[in-house]
Amino acid sequence: MKTSKQITFSRRSFLKTSTLASGGMLIGFNLFNACKQDVVPPIDISKLNFNDFNAFIKISDEGKVTIFSPNPEIGQGVKTSMPMIIAEELDVPWDDVYVQQGVLDTKNYQRQVAGGSQSIRFGWEPLRQTGATAKQMLINAAAAKWGVDASECTAKLGNITNAKGETLSYGDVVKEAAVLEVPEGVKLKDPKNFTIIGKSISNVDIDKITTGKPLFGLDYKEEGMVYASVLRAPAFGLKLESFDATATKAMPGVIDVITIGEKVRKYFEDGKNNWSVRLNSNDKVVVIANSTWSAIKGKKAIKAVWNTESNLESTEFHDKSLIELLEGKTFNTMRSDGNVKKAFAEADKVLERTYESPFLPHNCMEPMNFFANVTDEKVHLVGPVQTPAAAATVVSDLLGRNIDDVHVEMTRMGGGFGRRLYGDFAYEAAEISNAIRKPVKMISTREDDMGTGVYRPAIKYKIAASIKDGKLTGYHLKEAAINSNMYGLIPNFFPAGAVENYQVDVVNYKSNITTGAWRAPYTNFLASAEQSFFDELAGVMGVDRIQLHLDLLQKVKGTSDERIQYNPERLEGVIKLVVDKSNWGNTKEGVYQGFSVYYCHNTHVAEVADIIMDKGVPIVKKVTCAVDCGIVVNPLGALNQIKGGVIDGIGHAMYSELTFNKGVPQSDNFDSYQLIRMGQTPEVDVHFVESIENPTGLGEPTLPPIGAAVANAIYAATGKRLTKQPYMNNMNVEEKIIG
Amino acid sequence: MPTFNLKINNETHAVEADMDTPLLWVLRDQINLVGTKYGCGIGQCGACTVHVDGVATRSCLLQISQAEGLNITTIEGLSENGNHPVQEAWKDIDVPQCGYCQSGQIMTASAFLKRNPSPSSSEIRNAMHGNICRCASYNSIEKAVKVASEKLS
Repeated sequence: MKTSKQITFSRRSFLKTSTLASGGMLIGFNLFNACKQDVVPPIDISKLNFNDFNAFIKISDEGKVTIFSPNPEIGQGVKTSMPMIIAEELDVPWDDVYVQQGVLDTKNYQRQVAGGSQSIRFGWEPLRQTGATAKQMLINAAAAKWGVDASECTAKLGNITNAKGETLSYGDVVKEAAVLEVPEGVKLKDPKNFTIIGKSISNVDIDKITTGKPLFGLDYKEEGMVYASVLRAPAFGLKLESFDATATKAMPGVIDVITIGEKVRKYFEDGKNNWSVRLNSNDKVVVIANSTWSAIKGKKAIKAVWNTESNLESTEFHDKSLIELLEGKTFNTMRSDGNVKKAFAEADKVLERTYESPFLPHNCMEPMNFFANVTDEKVHLVGPVQTPAAAATVVSDLLGRNIDDVHVEMTRMGGGFGRRLYGDFAYEAAEISNAIRKPVKMISTREDDMGTGVYRPAIKYKIAASIKDGKLTGYHLKEAAINSNMYGLIPNFFPAGAVENYQVDVVNYKSNITTGAWRAPYTNFLASAEQSFFDELAGVMGVDRIQLHLDLLQKVKGTSDERIQYNPERLEGVIKLVVDKSNWGNTKEGVYQGFSVYYCHNTHVAEVADIIMDKGVPIVKKVTCAVDCGIVVNPLGALNQIKGGVIDGIGHAMYSELTFNKGVPQSDNFDSYQLIRMGQTPEVDVHFVESIENPTGLGEPTLPPIGAAVANAIYAATGKRLTKQPYMNNMNVEEKIIG
Repeated sequence: MPTFNLKINNETHAVEADMDTPLLWVLRDQINLVGTKYGCGIGQCGACTVHVDGVATRSCLLQISQAEGLNITTIEGLSENGNHPVQEAWKDIDVPQCGYCQSGQIMTASAFLKRNPSPSSSEIRNAMHGNICRCASYNSIEKAVKVASEKLS
């Protein structure tokens, strides 16, 4: 069994310092890898080179600290929480800390990716080391000034004190500290003594957000910038045959109409590819205009003729294909313990259920967009992307440019949810700017965004359990997904290890509809299916559903199976906490509860949903959520992530779906696609397991279990098992919104 | 293209634009007031909410030709120093996650509280129902509107 993953981190020369010409000390450091031997941090703050160092700390003569935060911000709070970790070990008052987004990165930046709830987990150790090492250098400088041994000095809140009680501020010694050798083996703080980590700290951009300052990709502008709107095929499987832009070209504000696609075709022909590419190589029509509105209007006036290139698929076809695959015999077995076949043959009872989920678009509130300025000298890209390093690589390949010519700047992102892992909007912007040789902003409308997305694929599960002498003896899960879903380690999540005969089988239907990661990738529906199944299984076995989980976890404790990802003690901990805090089993009349527990993204979560029924319509009133995420770095930010994950999960489990007809997405805006709104939201009551374990992810793990908690509560209320999402479309009720 | 005289945040702006141009894009592209956000373009999400004569209005549906002579307030003009009670409440509660929808949420909430300074919980939920927050920061928005109403009364 895995306890905690060791993160390899070499202390040797991960950090270097310089004295700034304008005064103060600059610390350049690299998370996760050593600095190259010959590089030194610049002496001019405007020359920060993120190829040499992936993050910088500036300490001014006044002791003020500026942290150039390395990770992209998509709303998950890392722009606040990562600097908190540095500031904690550096031991400076948070009020003296300023945070700026690290501008650029390319090849040396190993994990400048926001995704998988991993930013804090991977950054924890190196960020602490960086802060602690910088603090030690300041102490060493002060000790040298006083002519005393560094061990006699302590540092706290930006001041260094010696045994005589004399004090120097960090600012007083930055000049001396900057030229000292970087110490090794610096001791980290005991978590008991944390003063910043564990405190609630507001989002560092809060003032700018509440006053509407330019922060997001869509807000970015440059002198001479034009706007581009891209006409893509209206259906998956269609290809542009021809178009007539006469009317568009005559419209005021329209500058030009061009086509792109050639660069992408060449990219694929050259045998290049990258996991972040979801583009197809068909031609697209681009309207270039001097305003967003002219570009959008101009696009609507294009008369395009489309040809069928491949299958024009419909939801009925997907449903039928996935069910056929589930009933078939061809699977890729991802984990197999014992002998499932034998267990089922010998069973007294077998429970088998099929669970179904639709395609889901991400629907980031900020539609996809990107700025590009391609000149002979360089390629400048600015915008909201979760994977800037991949963007730089793909664009350099696409345009045949040296990677050193490609500069990517990240803006704040109006939501990510996985969509901004795939940088096709940046690649399109680059191809457009390359063609017109002007600074350009590619803007997707909501219709473009929803209708030409990278969707969470439709997935179906068939889960079967065998029961013998009142015990669970076998568990067999089959997944059929469009394109792909189940991923490497997931077959080792609960209940792997807890059931003697256990098997996970996967099969896919290859579709021309683009799919990819969506918040809590791979498990966002899996948890709903499995935890709905366990609820029903407990009933069939005639045992208490909570006790069933506790008994199964008992079997995993002390296991020697290294593949098992979850920790049974920690899963047991969140189950007991949620039972305690949710008033489980003792609710008021008319309130029905549903339970669910899940491990993913290294975090253990248990949830209880309280619902009432109003004229046959389920209303989720309250969710109690117990979370074990190790040390909570920023409780305020953590609560936002947890509550957001729960409500997002309820919304998509109950209301949201994207269907297809002849390749055409049947929703393209919020009048035909339902996202959860305030009147449909419960109060989310969060409880943390107290822990000194290293922090784990929070952006995703509270989402997967909630669908089952709601479905199980609806079962408690109605006796009806819901197996198909979105639940409200499969309950034969008129949706009613209450305030 | 015709010229329109707009009164925005107590300043007059003369802008040239097609008469069907939504106020949203005039604000963003021409007047550089980018706090007003584009989310759907069809009045469904509320990200583009501004005040027109004090009333919360979707700027994506208001054509420039209809906007002349109206008193328009955007998030940038809601208060002198970003200290409107609703903005203060948003900071107290630390509402935003990605933050993109929040100017629209704040504009809806501030217009609503002007009309109804001491709303009930269900009145708050109804008033804010038209504004989508994809990060689902709804618990915090609800709490912040309540806190703002206490600041106002």
